[in-house]
Amino acid sequence: MKKILISLLLLVSTISFAQIKNLPNVDVKKIDGSSFNFKNIDNNGNPIVISFWATWCKPCTKELNNIAELYEDWQDETNVKLVAVSIDDRRSQSKVAPYVNSSGWEYEIYIDPNSDLKRAMGVSTVPHTFLLDKNKQIIWQHRGYVEGDEYELFDEILKL
Amino acid sequence: MKKLFLIALLFSSYSYAQEGEIHGDFQLNLQSYKDDARIGAIAPDEIILNNSFFNLMYSKGNFSTGVRYESYLNALLDYDSEFQGNSIAYRYASYSLGNLDVTVGNYYEQFGSGLVFRTYENKGLGVDNAMDGVRIKYNILNSIDIKSFIGTSRTYLEYSDGIIRGIDFETNLFELLALEMSTNLILGSSFVSRFQKDNNPKFNLPQNVGVYGLRSNLISGNFNYYLEYVHKYNDPAGSIADNSNNYATGNAIKTSLTYFQKGLGFSFDAHRVDNMEFRSERQQSKEYIINYIPTLSKQHSYTLLAFYPCATQSNGEIGFQSDLYYKFDRGTIFGGKYGTKININYSRVLALDGGSSLKNDSIDFTPVFLGSPNELFYSDLNLELVKKINSKLRVNSTIAFQKYNKDVLEGKLPGEYGIIESTIGVIDATYKLKRKHTLRVELQALLTDDDDGSWSMALVEYTMSPNWFFAIQDLYNFGNDDQKNHYFNFNFGYIKGSNRIEIGYGKKRAGIFCVGGVCKEVPSSNGFSLNISSSF
Repeated sequence: MKKILISLLLLVSTISFAQIKNLPNVDVKKIDGSSFNFKNIDNNGNPIVISFWATWCKPCTKELNNIAELYEDWQDETNVKLVAVSIDDRRSQSKVAPYVNSSGWEYEIYIDPNSDLKRAMGVSTVPHTFLLDKNKQIIWQHRGYVEGDEYELFDEILKL
Repeated sequence: MKKLFLIALLFSSYSYAQEGEIHGDFQLNLQSYKDDARIGAIAPDEIILNNSFFNLMYSKGNFSTGVRYESYLNALLDYDSEFQGNSIAYRYASYSLGNLDVTVGNYYEQFGSGLVFRTYENKGLGVDNAMDGVRIKYNILNSIDIKSFIGTSRTYLEYSDGIIRGIDFETNLFELLALEMSTNLILGSSFVSRFQKDNNPKFNLPQNVGVYGLRSNLISGNFNYYLEYVHKYNDPAGSIADNSNNYATGNAIKTSLTYFQKGLGFSFDAHRVDNMEFRSERQQSKEYIINYIPTLSKQHSYTLLAFYPCATQSNGEIGFQSDLYYKFDRGTIFGGKYGTKININYSRVLALDGGSSLKNDSIDFTPVFLGSPNELFYSDLNLELVKKINSKLRVNSTIAFQKYNKDVLEGKLPGEYGIIESTIGVIDATYKLKRKHTLRVELQALLTDDDDGSWSMALVEYTMSPNWFFAIQDLYNFGNDDQKNHYFNFNFGYIKGSNRIEIGYGKKRAGIFCVGGVCKEVPSSNGFSLNISSSF
């Protein structure tokens, strides 16, 4: 079994070595309770930032709060849209909308109630941030958040 | 079977590699251990233990397939020792065609809140009760979602004897009736049943045990109201071990109300649970649980706030929690120059009045619905304040008052420890030295006369965006008259894009660690750790 796996890996790596590029075909929930297929997120050919977060995750809320202070400027300059995907499960899910609104975030919010999207995108811990180009191809990603990471993200957005 | 999946994966990558996409992620957790009598840490014979995971996924259009290789050589001490060896423990293939979505192999699924059924994985806690079988999702008239599955549920590296079958319907009523409304009314119902052969010579056990659930969610503008009721039919789970002829039924009711507007948010959650643990087998063992009863307390992220964590008592409890979020605008008295955010959270969980049906059904007695519950399991009142002082300094402070029934929540003998009352304070200050260089200091204290006495914690973290972080921390049991132990830790790490490597050294305290409503008891340890995570 192990041999098969190893040979498989070798084979795969010789054929093509690709990073995740396309959004997966996975359903998430909107704040209004309706289902939404995540591959359909769109920003009319402008860049999209996807940030996985949870209400209980301090670095996550720090990242989104810090970006919130810059978001208007970012949008004016680049038309970027930030999509925040909450991985809160039912324990804290009812806090998501109150948290977002009281914080005054202007992001597009989705909920990934049983981490299906998180798994499909190879996210093992939050926060995890992705940047999509105008063709909705993932061109950059970053794991974790420390103060100042938003500048690197914005530099990447400007490159598009 | 496993080979079959690999061959399928291999084949698909061969023929579609140009158009399809391969991606995945990797995690390595390595820990060394040494004896430390002072904190009660005992080194295992192996000295070094390892948990590693590798996910490989292939997707092309509406087809996807994947495997997860898991390596426990041998499992870290905070994992169950049943995790041992290497295994391709997870593999699946799925496709969607029109309104139909088919998955074979492993899958995770949740119906409603999960009160009826939920399988999920949490690598941090060593939880993975993935299903193995077949799942179909179908959407009728663009407004009714049907999900149906059959399979067995994973426990460690094996699968349950019980076969689980389930079906779930969900519809947005106003959409179904083609009414143009700004309000959504989402109705759902589910039924899940477990089959396990009766091989008990003494009792005539029900071989099929069913659970049904009904739920509604009304969302109108800034309001959101949720109500769910679930019922479990005669389930001999647990009763055999108790050696009593008891096939108690169970039920749970859960409700939540949410309101929000710009700058303000409110939420209220309540539930009543009576004998509502649903297992993939009759036998008792924590990891076989296949439903989820969300814990009614705030999920704290600071160490000392999460020191005595609430855990749901699925045999019977009643409780609520409420949150208020408010932002004082900039320029107001409390808002100051940058605005101030507050969050008040209160939770209170009690035993059912009259005990649990699990214990009382044999004399045809069930606890009263509300009554006057008086045995406290857990309460937590906490206030968090988030304040930006100036362009460089930001401070988060929290004060909390907690009561923790150690006897019940940790399964000790009644009266052994009683209720632990504590007052906890946390100050978390972030100071920007340069544009990308930041210093963060955390000071925490937990004051109590109970259990091991009071604790304090200090943490200093230096980060250089986007690549480096360093942290030292000390946890100190200063209120313990027998042994005033220090738990010192040092961590540093490097992050580059989606790769992260972290090296740590220090002592860990024995205790209860909870994530996502599941708790595990972790032994104390002393040693080095190496964590690598990466995705591609």
